[in-house]
Parts: sequence; structure tokens; C-alpha cells
Amino acid sequence: MGHGKVITITSGKGGVGKTTVTANLSTALAMAGYKVVAIDADIGLRNLDVVMGLENRIVYDLVDVVEGRCRLNQAMIKDKRLEGLSMIPAAQTRDKNAISPTDMVLVCDQLREEVDYIVIDSPAGIERGFQNALAPADQVIIVTNPEVSAVRDADRIIGMIEAEEKGPGKLIINRYKPDMVARGDMLSIEDIVDILHIDIIGIIPEDEKILISTNRGQPLVMQNGHAKETGVAIRNIANRVKGDEIPFIDLAVKDGFMSRLRGWVTS
Amino acid sequence: MNIFEKLFGSSETSASSAKNRLKMVLVHDRNDISPGVLRQIRDDIIGVFAHHLNIDPDAVEVMLDENDNDNMLVAQVPLTPTRRVRTNH
Repeated sequence: MGHGKVITITSGKGGVGKTTVTANLSTALAMAGYKVVAIDADIGLRNLDVVMGLENRIVYDLVDVVEGRCRLNQAMIKDKRLEGLSMIPAAQTRDKNAISPTDMVLVCDQLREEVDYIVIDSPAGIERGFQNALAPADQVIIVTNPEVSAVRDADRIIGMIEAEEKGPGKLIINRYKPDMVARGDMLSIEDIVDILHIDIIGIIPEDEKILISTNRGQPLVMQNGHAKETGVAIRNIANRVKGDEIPFIDLAVKDGFMSRLRGWVTS
Repeated sequence: MNIFEKLFGSSETSASSAKNRLKMVLVHDRNDISPGVLRQIRDDIIGVFAHHLNIDPDAVEVMLDENDNDNMLVAQVPLTPTRRVRTNH
């Protein structure tokens, strides 16, 4: 088996930013010089292609690979903007049962020979599509938002990841708004950690530039100079995935909880 | 609702309300015990205690709680004090 590492991005709840995280994390890892392939495991609801701006170049997809209609390399769309980055799209006209967890393990074992990181965008939910995305994972990253429904679903998913012996997962808190936290109207990082008992691997602030970058199909980390804080937050996640110890950036507010966070994250 | 909750309840931030509600719901989720099952347990407990003791059924509370990493079932069964009735002349 090759050296490549499989990272699965999941959440339970839909709409928390899994695909955005997958696109940006993959891009950031490729920018750091690694060979990376992002896989859209959301069969039937393909989206990673548009978020990464590669939708016009799809010929074959993941189901074509699994069903033997093409070689793996033919389904890997190379990102011409960035050396080392490619993406395998989901099939749009099939359902999740077109692929099994064993299929995903086999595909990823082939990819491990060729790339350093395989980043899988899991579908929402806890059914087959999630099981497919989980099966080959070496590391699971759970994305959540600071709101009750997303945190509750994250808890459920964390339990399932542990039951499948794929834990411990790590958490990304996305759409974090320090000003709302400061006035007591949003769950803080400490609140969420206290509830979920899980290590954090990243905190991404709410940033309208994420939507703008998605509109254009250019992952935000690709754009130098824009959205500095958010870009740094994402690059930091990539560095932590590599195994570096990176302190958490100060999200500019106010009451010093980020410094307290730093205290226990490094502990 | 106790006096403190009456006085300060309105000043609870929406974040701490979210946190408290989440903690409660997750204790149920993690143990796969629905509020309905808990009500059933409560009724059964009332039956057992009322058989032997003088209790106020309305004051009995049964809830799930979390202490560090242990989940536990907490039942509060206040005993009704025996009233000393004074006979007036």
C-alpha cells in the first residue's frame, strides 16, 4: 500500500460547509507542494466540481471508475491552475448505492500509490454515502457550525465514527462569528468543545468572500491578498493535517477567549 | 423555576441557552432514551415509592444528567413532611 493519507470531511448535517472545506483544504495542501486528489463522494448530488471550478472538464466520474468504464487516471481532473491538485467527480445521475464502502477502499488504495493526500467530501446524512466516505479514512474531520442543529448532528456523527473505529475525529468550526460570541449570541469554541469532547483542527470565520470565491469557482485560498484571515485559517488547517503544531489565529475579539483556547489546545 | 431563575432568567444569553439545551438533548441522544421513556420511568418510580412512603407525585423529577464523562439517571423524590396537627381548644 502506498503512502498517501485519506482524509474524510463529514458533518451529519447538510449545508455546514463540507464541500467548501474539502475544496479549500485540498487546494491549500497542493499549494504546500503535495500531490492531492479531492473526491466527491456525494453520488447524485455532485457539487465539488462547481465549487472548485472544474465542472466543464468532467468526462468520467467515480461510478465510471468503480464500474470499469474508465481507468482511475481518466476520472482524475487535473486542476490547471495548480500543480499537484486533481479532483474525481461524483456521478450526477446515479444514487449512493452505485458504490459500496469496499469500492471506496479499493479506489483509495490505488490513489495512495500516486498522491500524498486523498480528501473525500462526504455527503450529509448517516446512510450509505457517509459509510462510503468513512470506510477508507485514515483521519476524519467533522465540520460543524456554532448552532444547535449542526452541533447535535456532529455529536451523532462523532459517535458513529468511533463505533467504526475511525476515531478520534477532529473538528472544524465553520462560520464562526466572534462578534456574536462576544455578545453571548453564539456558542463559543469552548462551549462546543465542552459539549462534544473533541479536538479542534480549525476555526473558520464567517466570511462573505467564501461565497464570492464559490461564485467564481476559485477556492478562496488560491487568491492571494484577499480574505486574509480566512485564508490563513484554512492554510493552518492544512498545516495541522500535515502534523505541524500551529497556534490558532486570534479572531480579533475581545475578551481573550482565543488565548485561553490556545492554552488548552497546545496542552 | 426557582427565585434565581425568576430574577436572572431573562438575562441568560441565547448562547448559554443553546448550550444548556444541547447538553440536555445530547444526554438523551447518546443514551438513546427518549423523554417518553423517562416519563414512563418517572411514573413507575412514583408507583413504587407511593406504595411505601408519603410523597407528592407532582414533585417527583427524573432526569438524565452528565457528570464529567459519566451519564446518570437522577431521580428526586421529595418526601411530604408529616404535618403535626395541633388541636385547638
